[in-house]
Amino acid sequence: MSTIFLLQSGPAPLKRLGRWLLLVCLGGLLLLSQARAQLAVPTLSGHVIDSTGTLSSAQAQQLEAKLSAFEQSRGTQLVLLLVATTQPEDIASYGNRVANSWKIGRKEVGDGLLLIVAKDDRQVRIEVAKTLEGAIPDLAAKRVIEQAITPRFKQGDFAGGLGAAVDQLMALVTGEALPAPVTAVGRGQAGFQWTDMAIFMFFAIPVLGAVARSVLGNKLGSLATGGVLGGIAWFATASLVLAVLAAMAAFVFALFSGSMPTGGRGSGRHGGWGGGTGGGFGGGGFGGGGGFGSGGGGDFGGGGASGRW
Amino acid sequence: MRVYAKVAVFTLEIYMTRWLLILLTALSLTGCGYNDFQRLDEQTKSAWSEVLNQYQRRADLVPNIVATVKGEAAFEQETLTKVIEARAKATSIQVTPETLNNPEAFNKFQAAQGELGSALSRLMVVAEQYPNLKANQGFSDLRVQLEGTENRVTVARNRYIQAVQAYNVMARSFPSNLTAMVFGYQPKPSFSVQNEAAISTPPVVDFKKK
Repeated sequence: MSTIFLLQSGPAPLKRLGRWLLLVCLGGLLLLSQARAQLAVPTLSGHVIDSTGTLSSAQAQQLEAKLSAFEQSRGTQLVLLLVATTQPEDIASYGNRVANSWKIGRKEVGDGLLLIVAKDDRQVRIEVAKTLEGAIPDLAAKRVIEQAITPRFKQGDFAGGLGAAVDQLMALVTGEALPAPVTAVGRGQAGFQWTDMAIFMFFAIPVLGAVARSVLGNKLGSLATGGVLGGIAWFATASLVLAVLAAMAAFVFALFSGSMPTGGRGSGRHGGWGGGTGGGFGGGGFGGGGGFGSGGGGDFGGGGASGRW
Repeated sequence: MRVYAKVAVFTLEIYMTRWLLILLTALSLTGCGYNDFQRLDEQTKSAWSEVLNQYQRRADLVPNIVATVKGEAAFEQETLTKVIEARAKATSIQVTPETLNNPEAFNKFQAAQGELGSALSRLMVVAEQYPNLKANQGFSDLRVQLEGTENRVTVARNRYIQAVQAYNVMARSFPSNLTAMVFGYQPKPSFSVQNEAAISTPPVVDFKKK
């Protein structure tokens, strides 16, 4: 404030002093902001992220194919990140920051792995999510670095070192009993819930019953409702016994609700709800078909090992 | 008949007002962040448990390290005894959940752990001068484990700091500070650098002495 005041008015020497002060202050601010700046977390664009241009596109594609095949067969997400440097941060803290902001690993399982190479620092680190700390303890991670990575990196064979490390890590993860990945078909079945079904039936019976009764009459309408519901139950559960039970229950319920005096109003209100529930029932998510995204479940507590070459 | 009806209405009114009062209190507590306090308090507690967990892991590693180093006959005794003493001191401090609400006990515990940490890192630096130790596979394995544990300690401490920050912001900002005042919630202590002076002076490395 005072420097600005000096800039605007006052005698010439003071004005010059003010200008200098302002310059020094701004310069200091700039320096400070640069000293504080941490490296930004790169965007998670695939299994292999090479910001140094070390790998040829064929090599990167080969690694990518290997890693995405592994993710499909085992579910574990393994990501390779190559950066020039992690300065001013230590590779361990940078790796942990990146891994925790990506949260690689399946949502419910949290099995993520990050192999990070700081090429100019000549440092490498394997960051292991908490779920995998049993499969890959720090010592195992260190062995992978010492046996697969360091000797090859020393000779400049980056692709070979990464490939060997990926193979060893995959072998370690394969030894661990993790839940199997959910395939598209399996996901559809997993989406079927008894509670969903019950809610659907609960709302569908009054609606269907009301419609059928108004068209076909009380007894015939109830019978039709029971039949349709039984068919749906048969289709959903593939069990005839359950279907017959459901049909009978629906028939009784529809008949009973028909004799209630407030049936018309009640079913009208339920009709609105039923429409909403029915719409949501069929629409199970089948996302994750193309492209790569983080599972969002990885929690990295500092496990893993670092090494240099 | 009419009297009965009146009594019924009266009791209904009492019930209604009572429920309304309970509902109002619940709503106002929610509005003043009572539930947030509980949530954040639990979060700091679990973060603190993780810190303790990792400190314990480090303390459990020390006897193995000491045993391996003792195999080296000519090892600098002073460094070794310092580690042993620091571990004994760190593990002798009883830590309870109440430690979190007692800044003095917290600082004492923190100082003891910091001492163990620096004694251990000194031991590792000194060990570099002994070729036999460096070539010992068991010792290098222990070194990797210690490094991993230190990383985990760092992460756990960071998470604790974040959890405490969220809690303290809640406890000190308006209007939730009124809730804190009514229920007696104090800001929690967080980690700080104990030996600021020691850190700011670079260590002296002397290659002549062996």
